[in-house]
Amino acid sequence: MDPVVAKDLYVRMLRIRTVEEKIAELYPEQQMRCPVHLSVGQEAVAVGACAALESEDYAFSTHRSHAHYLAKGGNLKAMLGELYGRVTGCCQGKGGSMHLVDRSVGFLGAVPIVGSTIPIGVGAAFGTLLRKDRRVTIVFLGDGATEEGVFHEAVNFAVLKRLPVVFVCENNFFSVYSSLDVRQPSTREIYELVRGYGLESHQGDGNDVEAVYGLTKAAVEKARAGRGPTFLEFKTYRWREHCGPHYDNHVGYRSEQEFEEWKGRCPVARLKQRLLQRGLVTQQDLDGTEATLTGEIEEAVAFAKSSPFPDPQLLGAHLYAP
Amino acid sequence: MTRDLRFFQAIHEATDLCMARDPSVYLMGLHVPADPKGIFGTVSGLQQKYGPDRVMDMPTSENGMTGVAIGSALVGMRPIMVHQRIEFALLAVEQIINQAANWHYMFGGKDAMPLVIRMMIGRGWGQGPQHSQSLQAVFAHVPGLKVVMPVTPYDAKGLLIAAIEDNNPVIYLEHRWLHNIFGPVPEGHYTVPIGKARTARPGRDVTIVATSYMVLESLRAADLLARDGIEAEVVDVRSLRPLDTEHILASIQKTGRLMAVDGAWRSLGFAAEVLALAAERTYGTLKAAPQRVTFPDLPSPSTPALAQHFYPRAVHIVNGVRTMMGLQEVTEEQLGIQHETPLDVPDKAFTGPF
Repeated sequence: MDPVVAKDLYVRMLRIRTVEEKIAELYPEQQMRCPVHLSVGQEAVAVGACAALESEDYAFSTHRSHAHYLAKGGNLKAMLGELYGRVTGCCQGKGGSMHLVDRSVGFLGAVPIVGSTIPIGVGAAFGTLLRKDRRVTIVFLGDGATEEGVFHEAVNFAVLKRLPVVFVCENNFFSVYSSLDVRQPSTREIYELVRGYGLESHQGDGNDVEAVYGLTKAAVEKARAGRGPTFLEFKTYRWREHCGPHYDNHVGYRSEQEFEEWKGRCPVARLKQRLLQRGLVTQQDLDGTEATLTGEIEEAVAFAKSSPFPDPQLLGAHLYAP
Repeated sequence: MTRDLRFFQAIHEATDLCMARDPSVYLMGLHVPADPKGIFGTVSGLQQKYGPDRVMDMPTSENGMTGVAIGSALVGMRPIMVHQRIEFALLAVEQIINQAANWHYMFGGKDAMPLVIRMMIGRGWGQGPQHSQSLQAVFAHVPGLKVVMPVTPYDAKGLLIAAIEDNNPVIYLEHRWLHNIFGPVPEGHYTVPIGKARTARPGRDVTIVATSYMVLESLRAADLLARDGIEAEVVDVRSLRPLDTEHILASIQKTGRLMAVDGAWRSLGFAAEVLALAAERTYGTLKAAPQRVTFPDLPSPSTPALAQHFYPRAVHIVNGVRTMMGLQEVTEEQLGIQHETPLDVPDKAFTGPF
């Protein structure tokens, strides 16, 4: 892999990790008065996939959208402002953590209803096809979304119309507390099921950002060349609870041992080791990067906390578009 | 120039005109190009004119395809979706209510959502509980949606053009018994503003606020009432959301009596909303307790033997008003109403011009 790209991927993952850890640290202050679904442990999929896109390409996401938003280039201050319910937030406080958007970088939206952005993302890809522009759309989804009817409806249509869309499935094995094996037959792999729709479908290591980047880049190039959609399944793991800042290995739906195994495959630490082993960076470089990121994030938090709340008159604004 | 067109022709003309003016307008729906009847004639020939990309059939995936329409709207297209029965649109309620209706507000006013969803409502012989429901209240309950119910061919065209040009999701409800009525329609481009009611007939004694096909039954009732010197004012609301409350209130304040007529269920519906409005805003000026003529709170039966007792018609409106005026109820026989056609097909007395 190109050393510049590899280092960039590392910085992007570390940035997301640091933002999420900062949110977890500040969340108990109860100033962020909305649910948060943290992406810690799953950074490689977001970063590897979005790095394969151009800035004007589109991405759609889910309830667990912080990493996707940031990886696509979404404004950090606007994201934190949104979590703090401030008027400087990306939705002026009307959306919260589950509704991030930054049109300036093609991040067209995130919603918490499982699967609902899948057909919308496919529709954006259909729109780009009708308008004959060259954008590619990535739709992020989880394993649970592959059980929703709209997933199957949307994939069918994407194949039917050979749409420039890449489905990026983060299989973290859990839909909240419900493990994959109580939801889908254990003998079946998601990417194999999807292959039945007649599109290229692959599985990759979701904790290896270089693998994610490689598979997604090929899929994006294929889509841009007019050769249709691709489905990519990446197995990964959510470290913290489904919703909130805490660890929850004690509540019984998964084991401490399982968590430790996945933590041992930390996507950020893995790439860091590789970069050091390949001599692409020095520990000194990395220390400097961490300091820069910490400074940026502290500044963004301060910005969000000091931003004004929306004026009450905004309650009735934006019901209809002009 | 104005000439008489049928309601379905007015819809066709509005669609054709908007597609010719704006290449981002496209039309999709199950069987839209394939239906030999052209979806009640409303889309006939459009695929031949605009091609399969802009006039398209779709997979039998109402929810997913509504999402596709939404996504395409986010990147600059202006989709029109068609459901031949409103019941099929219920499969898409997640995308319509959670997504389309909320999108502009929840993302802080960033996106436009130019989306029109045409849905057919209303009765027909033997259509039964899942092919003849009138679920306007379901959609009109939701902030962020606009809901229109044209009655005249003039409004069918003007409201559809307005809906297609609107930057918000508009639910466009067509009663199947209106498709063949006729009335004057201007050629060329014009719009009827969404959110504005119209007075279909002026009067001084009672205000009849009605929706969709029930406007025609109300007009017939007003004719019958006039024979006894009762002048009913019929308000065709045209839009349920936004609702033209000022127009309705002005009429009630003038007449002092209110009858709400809606071809839908009684409880928690449109007629209930109009009565609530009157109670809140015109309480002191009312000369009689407001009344509703609606369907009973029951599923719509299939057999004509039951359907004739399910669907209210002019006589029920007449009697509601007479009761309000302290007069005896009358029968259809006494009113001289003769049904030349069975009650489960469109009444030939109602073809127009409107």
